[in-house]
Amino acid sequence: MAEKKFEEAMQRLEEIVQGLEGGDLSLGDSLKAFEEGMALSKFCSMELEAAEKKVTLLVKESGGKLSETPFELNGEA
Amino acid sequence: MSETPNGPRIYTVSQLTEAIQGLLEERFDFVWVEGEVSNFRSPVSGHYYMVIKDETAQIRAVMFRLQARYLRFVPEDGMKVIAQGRVSIYASRGEYQIVLDYLEPLGVGALALAFEQVKQKLAQQGLFDPDIKKPLPYLPKKVAVITSPTGAAIQDFLKIIQRRFANIEILIVPVRVQGDQACEEMVAALDLVNREVNADVIVLTRGGGSLEDLWAFNQEELAIAIRRSRIPVVSAVGHEIDLTISDLAADVRAPTPSAAAELLVAEKETLINRLEQARTRLIAGMGLTIRRYADALNRLKNRIQDPKKRMVNLWMRLDEIHGRLIRLMDLAIRGKTSRLESEMRALRLQSPINRIRSREQQLGFQVERLLRAMQRQLREAAMKRSLMEKRMTDLSPLSVLKRGYSITLKLPERRLLKAASGVETGDHVQVLLGEGELECRVETAKA
Repeated sequence: MAEKKFEEAMQRLEEIVQGLEGGDLSLGDSLKAFEEGMALSKFCSMELEAAEKKVTLLVKESGGKLSETPFELNGEA
Repeated sequence: MSETPNGPRIYTVSQLTEAIQGLLEERFDFVWVEGEVSNFRSPVSGHYYMVIKDETAQIRAVMFRLQARYLRFVPEDGMKVIAQGRVSIYASRGEYQIVLDYLEPLGVGALALAFEQVKQKLAQQGLFDPDIKKPLPYLPKKVAVITSPTGAAIQDFLKIIQRRFANIEILIVPVRVQGDQACEEMVAALDLVNREVNADVIVLTRGGGSLEDLWAFNQEELAIAIRRSRIPVVSAVGHEIDLTISDLAADVRAPTPSAAAELLVAEKETLINRLEQARTRLIAGMGLTIRRYADALNRLKNRIQDPKKRMVNLWMRLDEIHGRLIRLMDLAIRGKTSRLESEMRALRLQSPINRIRSREQQLGFQVERLLRAMQRQLREAAMKRSLMEKRMTDLSPLSVLKRGYSITLKLPERRLLKAASGVETGDHVQVLLGEGELECRVETAKA
C-alpha cells in the first residue's frame, strides 16, 4: 500500500540517480529524469512526514465499543 | 464408631479407615515431600497422577486439574521434585496418597524448567522458524503498543519516539502485563488489533521484573497469538537479559521497550537519510550532466570558431588532390602517348607510304616519260604544223591578197561575194585588202 508505493518510489529514485550519474543520458532525457527524480523525492518526503503525531489510548466503553482518547506522557516532555 | 465397655474395641473396616483418615489427614494436612517422579500420567481429565519415591519407599500422588493448571511445567518421570500437599486416604481401595497443591522441580526453578519445556515444544512446532518472521514495515505510520498504560515500559517507549521522531501515530492498547489474566488479555489485544486497528506494527512490551512477573510472556497461548498476527509483532520484554517465549515467537525481538522504539524510528531515520542522499546525488548528477554538456558545447564552439583555417585546409587538400589528379592524368596520358607513338612507329614501319612513294616515283618516271613523249610529239606536231602553215599560207587567199587581189564580203553577214549579182545598190560591203580593209557602199552592181 502506501509503504509499498514509498519503497517503489525510493527504488525508482535511486535508479534515476544512478542513471544520471552514469552520464549516458541525452540532455533531454537527463532533464526528464531530473524532473521525475525531484517529483519522487518530494513524494517520498511527504510520505515520510505524512503520519500524524498522535498518541492515543484505546478504551473499551461500557457498550463494548472501542474509542481512542489522548494519552499524555507523564514527567518530562 | 461403636464402643463396648468390656473387651477390645472392634472397628469395622470403614470405621478403621475413617479413623486412620482422620488421624492422617489431620496430622499431615500440610506437608512438603521430596522425591523422584515416576509413573506420571495425565489422562483427559487433566489431573496429574504419579508416584513420588526415593530409594526405599514410594507414595502415590495426585494433582487435580485446578492446581495442575497453575503448574507451569509438566512433571516427567525421573524428575526430582519437591512437592507440597496433604495426605489423603482413598478409602475404597485402602490406599493413601498425597493430594498435591504445588510441585517444583529440584535444582532448576520451576519457571526455568517450564520455560525450557514451552520453548522446546513450540520450537518443535516451528513457531520460532526464522523464515516465517515478517519484516518490519519500512515506514510505520501507526504503531499499536500492547502494554500496561501505567507501566514504565510505555513511558520509556514514548520518550524515545518523542525525542527522535515524533510523527508516528501511537495507539496504546491497555492490558495487564502480569498476573493470571495477563496472557489472556494480551492474546485478546493481539487479535483485536489485527481485527480492528489499521496498525503497521504491533509492539508487545513491559518493563523489567522477576521471572514470575514476566511469566505471562512465556505462555504458549501468547506465542501462538503472536504467530497468528498478520501485523508484524515486536516483542520487548524486561531487560536485555530477559528472554521470553514471546521474544522468540515475535517477528522481531527488541531487548527493551526503548530499543523497540529505536528500532521503529531507526527505520524511518534510515529512510530519511537515504532520501536525502538520493536527492543530493540527483542534484549533483544533474549539475554534472549540465556541466558535461556545457563543456562539450564549449569544445564544439572552439572548433567552430576558425572556419578560415578550415577553408585553408580544405583548399590545401583540394589542391593536393587536384595535383595528384593531374599527375595521375599526366601519367596516364604519357603512358597512352608513348604507346600511341610506338604503335604509330610500328604502323609507320608497315605503312604503305613507302610503297606509295616508290609507286609515286615510278609514276613520276612514267609521267616524265609521258611528258617527254608528249613534248616530243608536240614538237613534232608543231614542226608539222609550221610546215603545214607555210603550205597553207602559200595557199591562203591572204597571200593572194598580198599579191594585189581583194576579197569582198557582204555586210552585215560578211558573206563572200563571188558575183556582183550578190549585191544591190546601196548595200554595204567590206573589202579585205593585202593590208587593211575598206567599208564601201555599192554604187552600182554590174553583172
